[in-house]
Amino acid sequence: MTAPASQNRLVRWIDHRLPIFTFINHELHEYPTPKNLNYWWNFGSLAGIMLVIMIATGIVLAMQYTPHATLAFDSVERIMRDVNWGWMIRYIHMNGASFFFIVTYIHIFRGLYFGSYKEPRELLWMLGVVILLLMMATAFMGYVLPWGQMSFWGATVITNLFSAIPGVGEHIVTWLWGGFAVDNPTLNRFFSLHYLLPFVIVGVVVLHLVALHTHGSNNPLGIDRKGPQDSIPFHPYYTAKDAFGIGVFLIIFCAFVFYAPNFLGDPANYIPANPLSTPEHIVPEWYFLPFYAILRSVPDKLVGVLLMFGAIAVLFILPWLDTSRVRSARFRPKYKWFFWLLLADCIALGYLGHQPPEGLMLILGRLATAYYFIHFLIIVPLLGIIERPLPLPTSISAAVLGKEKH
Amino acid sequence: MADSTHDGHASRRDFLTLTASAIGGVGAAAAVWPLISSMNPAKDTLALSTTEVDVASVQVGQRLTVTWRGHPVFIDHRPAEEVKAAQEVDISSLPDPQTDQSRVKKPEWLIVVGVCTHLGCIPLGQKGTDVRGEFGGWFCPCHGSQYDTSGRIRKGPAPKNLEVPPYAFTGDTKILIG
Repeated sequence: MTAPASQNRLVRWIDHRLPIFTFINHELHEYPTPKNLNYWWNFGSLAGIMLVIMIATGIVLAMQYTPHATLAFDSVERIMRDVNWGWMIRYIHMNGASFFFIVTYIHIFRGLYFGSYKEPRELLWMLGVVILLLMMATAFMGYVLPWGQMSFWGATVITNLFSAIPGVGEHIVTWLWGGFAVDNPTLNRFFSLHYLLPFVIVGVVVLHLVALHTHGSNNPLGIDRKGPQDSIPFHPYYTAKDAFGIGVFLIIFCAFVFYAPNFLGDPANYIPANPLSTPEHIVPEWYFLPFYAILRSVPDKLVGVLLMFGAIAVLFILPWLDTSRVRSARFRPKYKWFFWLLLADCIALGYLGHQPPEGLMLILGRLATAYYFIHFLIIVPLLGIIERPLPLPTSISAAVLGKEKH
Repeated sequence: MADSTHDGHASRRDFLTLTASAIGGVGAAAAVWPLISSMNPAKDTLALSTTEVDVASVQVGQRLTVTWRGHPVFIDHRPAEEVKAAQEVDISSLPDPQTDQSRVKKPEWLIVVGVCTHLGCIPLGQKGTDVRGEFGGWFCPCHGSQYDTSGRIRKGPAPKNLEVPPYAFTGDTKILIG
């Protein structure tokens, strides 16, 4: 690796002491990237952009917000009505959470389809799952801050999950609350952690990127690059492609922020929190619904909680559950169908999480929950053994230049 | 590290390194303890942990809600037939077996914390117009747990009966909860 031979003496002086320009050139400019990445590879950079947008709007919102049980709701309404551009900044932050999850979920399913979690990218994948968990914790605590009815009862239900732990559960819940119910101490600590965790996410994202740049991106063919003819430099090719994707994404995002800002939210959260009255129908935000459906489909409290966390835990060990050495589903005729079935199952779980858990909905919830785990614990390990993959192309270059038909 | 062991035995230096690290670890853990402990209920929160209530105005069949430690407490002035029904339940058929007698101080007054033992929602049943579920007690709208007239879990995902708070009758109709 050589430093860019800059004409500027100051740049050369700095780079000799702190090789920041060399680093940027190496990782963002000449960084060799597979030449065949499709648009599903845009979602990683979109997630990065969303993280930046959330931190920027969040820091400004924190300057106006008051983390106190009697003042929080009104301070959010003040942001909406009196603070300059407050309505827009809050709507960006509120819808931003949803869009952060949309792009992250697409990013994850991209990885599932093209086998991006397989050797040598297992740690890259696991760091991604850590980021997902941190995002969930951050989003949950952020949702509590406006101190509306859904904030309060969402916080009550989710913190009560920990009471399922045998023996020490009740003590843990009291400790989490800082009292005997969700109250001002709970709100205060959630605000503190909601401010902290995004920066922890930034740290794990850096590790995620270090792991990514160690072996480079996977690609739609799922085969390793064999030489320079299979790669193109990151800049200008993928900087331009990512920028185009960001443009399209922001159009959709802005459509929600400006024309349907409350479409993804629950109107009950515009009612101030009331500790003595539970709303008729408690539902979490849409991005938690599949997990909520799993929780509710199990009649036993502890098992329900374990399965809900287990739904994430199986992702951690997925690189070792998948016995197939072929990465991309393009060459896995059977896995391809099970992938779509899993996606349909997750969407079904999301729908069922929104329905009252009674009658047919409860039965369907149980079936969908069972299938989710059957997919990861039985189908994926077995497929690698019984499936006969299609022949892989000899190289990325040969495949994309049409020398081989795929 | 070849020079730190002799004939495969731990050296004095290994011992010092290990004990120094161990003491350092204990010190770090001790320093973290106040930070963790500070998140437990503070003294002013603990000071609010009793509630006094006069139930003289609660008629037979009426239910009253009071607040104790931020939670609702359900006080049910049960009619004699409800008491009898609650006492006659075969407790071996219950998910959390408890006799009605062990859950009350005076049979006509049932006093329970109005928090579903599943995930902490407030069950319905305090208002006359509320759904009370199949067992005539309380019904939790969140995940469908049903409690009987003794506040015992009968159906649904909740694992335990509604909690009976510590309380005492300080007069005929005066109750001190907490």
